[in-house]
Amino acid sequence: MTEIEGLILSAPSRRTVLAAVAAGTAAGLMRPALSFAAAAAPRASSYPAKAFIQHSQDATLQAMFGTSSVTASADVKMDAPDIAENGAVVPVSFDANAPKVTAAAILALDNPFVMACAYKIPEGTSPAIASRIKLGKTTKVVSVVQSGGKLMSASKQVKVTLGGCG
Amino acid sequence: MAHQILVHAMSSGGSTTVEALIKHPMDSGFVKDKAGKIIPAHYIEVIEFTHKGKIVLTGYWGPAVSKNPFIKFSFKGGKSGDPIGISWVDNKGETAATSSNIM
Amino acid sequence: MKLALIVLASLWAAPLAQAASQPDPAADLQGFQGYFLKRFPKVPLAAYVNGPYNFSKSERDQWKQIIEFPPYAFAVADGKTLFDTKFANGKTYASCFPNGGIGIAQTYPMFDAKTGRVVPLGVAINRCRVANGAAKLSLTTGKLADIEAYMTSTSDGKPIDVVVPHDPRALAAYQAGKEYFYSRRGQLNFSCASCHVQAAGMHLRGDVLAPALGLTASFPLYRSSWGDVGTLVRRFIGCNKKVKAEPEAADSTAYRDLAYFMTYMNNGLPIAGPGARP
Repeated sequence: MTEIEGLILSAPSRRTVLAAVAAGTAAGLMRPALSFAAAAAPRASSYPAKAFIQHSQDATLQAMFGTSSVTASADVKMDAPDIAENGAVVPVSFDANAPKVTAAAILALDNPFVMACAYKIPEGTSPAIASRIKLGKTTKVVSVVQSGGKLMSASKQVKVTLGGCG
Repeated sequence: MAHQILVHAMSSGGSTTVEALIKHPMDSGFVKDKAGKIIPAHYIEVIEFTHKGKIVLTGYWGPAVSKNPFIKFSFKGGKSGDPIGISWVDNKGETAATSSNIM
Repeated sequence: MKLALIVLASLWAAPLAQAASQPDPAADLQGFQGYFLKRFPKVPLAAYVNGPYNFSKSERDQWKQIIEFPPYAFAVADGKTLFDTKFANGKTYASCFPNGGIGIAQTYPMFDAKTGRVVPLGVAINRCRVANGAAKLSLTTGKLADIEAYMTSTSDGKPIDVVVPHDPRALAAYQAGKEYFYSRRGQLNFSCASCHVQAAGMHLRGDVLAPALGLTASFPLYRSSWGDVGTLVRRFIGCNKKVKAEPEAADSTAYRDLAYFMTYMNNGLPIAGPGARP
């Protein structure tokens, strides 16, 4: 293996966030311990628990959306690595170019439970979300978006390898 | 220093981008500790983001969301100084909430 | 007669050998940095602090996404709170360090002429605690790693500036660190250099082996496999275990000297800690 063009980070986001964190609230970042007054806790009862204990894509989609019918679509863009640097922290994001998106879900088909996370997307919120998920082993990762009641998806195979350095 | 939430919300060009890092173990229930005992599942189930009290995103998370979860999304509207609220509840019924202003 | 000759010969040889093995840190530094710059011409000196990400585009892309809101942010925030918290006597950590502890991480490990020993930042933090009536913290992880993360973040981008003074004890410590770095150990019979010089930039299963040049610059480190922030000493222990060698004690002279040598080899490179790695 050989090197690629060396990277020097000149005032990138890393530095900005780091400075903001070090500066505390003044920079718009805040870290209160527990402030219940800030906002009411969400209702746990709204949690689609059944969707999170399924072992197949169909059963997961059925439990989450009431249908398992899904169409692969180029209008759903998904970004995930070919090879995960570490299965514990895999950046996954999607961006749907579709009208009336109301919900979305990220599935990892070979995880113990297929559903990784799901979102309810109100009007005015962009159907594009980035997050980090865990992958137990090499698996197909599927981004599903509900647009006008119909499910559309993009998927990608993400390889999870064993690290050598502990 | 448990239950911290770091928020970074920035408005530009008529929309607001929210980035948040939430301190939580997100234990999957599949991992053993050093003594070989399963660490019980402990993860955020529902997380809600509000802008001036109106919900702009609801997340449903499972044990496969990474430890100290990160999320980034954006919504139309929002201006500097508006409050962004974040609150979550996990599978043990623990909750946390915070509010931050858009930069 | 024969014996006398041998004795005579060794008397001659001794000063010569000594002259040849007299530690010369400045010359070592030039050779060390020059070796990597020549071997990987596309990687400029300052980029070495990004370790494995000079060797894999895919890993670099993931890392850039991860440091957009880095997982060590909590450690920096918690570290600042701890750093600003008063000891029972009313003093804070700031009272133990030059410039109140801000922007000084690049000068560690530091040789302490009083004790004749190398003092890495973690040890200095513990010394500060003891001087102010507080108990020592673990040198590998937890609160001390958080404090170190915060202090290091205030040195972000500053060139590493470790000094080996003209003191035989300092030179001996440097030399001991160098020898530790190049000595093979463990059932796998690997030295630090086996992976981080010889095999630098290559894969060890899924991981890219970071070159020794720049290696210390991003500590303390959030490793995804740890799930939290750890110090350079924690990594030393992990590496020793990986090659199936008995690790040294976290506070050992061996690790202090090793950190001294390795960090000195990074002189001039910008501080990039805390960092994030798989």
